[in-house]
Amino acid sequence: MFEHDVVLTVNGERRRGRIEARKTLADFLREDCALTGTHLGCEHGVCGACTVIVDGRAVRSCLMFAVQADGADITTIEGIGPADGSLGPVQEAFRQEHGLQCGFCTPGFVVTVQAFLADHPDPDDAEIREALSGNLCRCTGYQGIIAAVRAAADGGAA
Amino acid sequence: MKPAPFEYHAPSKVADAVGLLSEHGDDAKALAGGQSLVPMLALRLARFDHLVDLGRIDELRGVERADGVLRVAAMTPQADAERDPTVAASVPLLSRALPLIGHFQIRNRGTIGGSVAHADPASELPAVAVALGAEMEVSSSSGTRTIAADHFFVGTWTTALAPDDLLTAVRFPAWSGRVGFAIEEVARRSGDFALAGVACAVALDPDDVIERVGLALLGMGPTPVRARAAESALSGASPSDDDVGEIAELAVADTSPVDDVHASGAYRKKVGAHLVRLALDRALAEARSVRA
Repeated sequence: MFEHDVVLTVNGERRRGRIEARKTLADFLREDCALTGTHLGCEHGVCGACTVIVDGRAVRSCLMFAVQADGADITTIEGIGPADGSLGPVQEAFRQEHGLQCGFCTPGFVVTVQAFLADHPDPDDAEIREALSGNLCRCTGYQGIIAAVRAAADGGAA
Repeated sequence: MKPAPFEYHAPSKVADAVGLLSEHGDDAKALAGGQSLVPMLALRLARFDHLVDLGRIDELRGVERADGVLRVAAMTPQADAERDPTVAASVPLLSRALPLIGHFQIRNRGTIGGSVAHADPASELPAVAVALGAEMEVSSSSGTRTIAADHFFVGTWTTALAPDDLLTAVRFPAWSGRVGFAIEEVARRSGDFALAGVACAVALDPDDVIERVGLALLGMGPTPVRARAAESALSGASPSDDDVGEIAELAVADTSPVDDVHASGAYRKKVGAHLVRLALDRALAEARSVRA
C-alpha cells in the first residue's frame, strides 16, 4: 500500500517505476535507472554530491522523494555532456583547471555549476563562491573548482 | 539511511489537505519543500505514518500585494520570492533575508511557509515575521483564521498550529514611508544556521524620531525573540550612536542562548549585541536617507 507508479523524464528518456513512497529521487536514479553518476555522500542535504536538475532547477536529490518528482524533467550528470560521450564545456573546464581530484563530489559540482551558469552567465567571483558554497569537496581546496567555473563562464559554457 | 515507511498523499486542493490532516491527526505531517522534514525523517529524528505533500496544490503558490500587505502563499519557493520584484519593493527585509537561507539548491525546493512552520529558532523567516508583525493564515477543518507572528512561535520546532492546521500563507505588512531594514547574522560557514542574528525594521517621522520599530533576535532562544525592552527604548527616540550601543546591549540582556558545540551562550550573547548594533545602524541610516 506504500507503493506508487511514477513516470519521469530523465536525460530526455521516459522512465517508469513502481516505488515505495520513501524512496528518494537519488535512490530512484541510482537503483531503478542505473544512473550511478549521481553520488550520495551525507544523504541529509549537507554535501551536495547528489545535486541534479529538476524542471530546470538544481536540487538535492536526497531531499526529494521520487514520488514527488512524478512527471518532472530530470537532468543528471549523465545528461550534462554531449550524447557522443565527449565532455561538455563545464566538464572540460573542470579537467583543464584541475577542478577535481578523487572525483566523488564532481558530479554534484558539475550539475550545480551547469545550473548556476544558466542563470548567471557572467558571474563575479563572489557569486561563484556563493554558488559553490552548498557543495563540499575534501580534496581540492576549491581553488581549482573556482577557476574552472571562471573558465567555463568566460568560455560561454552556459 | 532511509525514512521509516509512510503513506504518501498528494492532494490538489487545500480542503483535501486539511481533510487528510484532520483525519490522521498526530500521525500525519504536511510535507512542503522537504528541506528540513526529509533530513529529519532520514535521520529518524521524526517519523509519521502519513505525509501530505502540498507540492501539487496550485492555490498555495504565489505572491500578491493588496492594501499594504504582501501575501506570500505558503508553498511559494524561497528562490521565487528571492527574485520577485514585488517582494523586493514591498518587503525589502524579506528579500534580504532569503539569500541567507541554506544554499541556492535548498532555496529552489524550500518554501516560505515550510520554513515558518518548521520554526527553527535559528532560521531567518520567523525572525523577519516577528520583526515586521506578520500574520499567519491558517486553514483547518473548522475554518480559516489568522495568528499573529508574536503568538505563532511557541518553542523549538513548535508553533501554535494544531496537528490538523495548515499554514496557507504569510501576510507581511509592507512598512512604508521613511523606513529602513537590516538582517544581520553570524554563521560558521556560508549557508549554515546562524549562531546569532537579528532582523530589524524602523520607521522614522520627518524629524528622524522613531515612530515604529521591530527587533527580533534569532538563534538566541527557543523561538525568535522580540527585543521588547530595546524596542521601548527606541520608540519615540532619536538615538545617538552611543544610545544605539547601549540599546543593543539591552536587546540581549534578557536572553539566555544555549551552549552547544558551535558556540557558547555567552559568545552568542556578545555577538548578538554586536549584530543588533550593526542592524540598527544600517536600518536607521537607510530610513534617514529617505526624504521626509
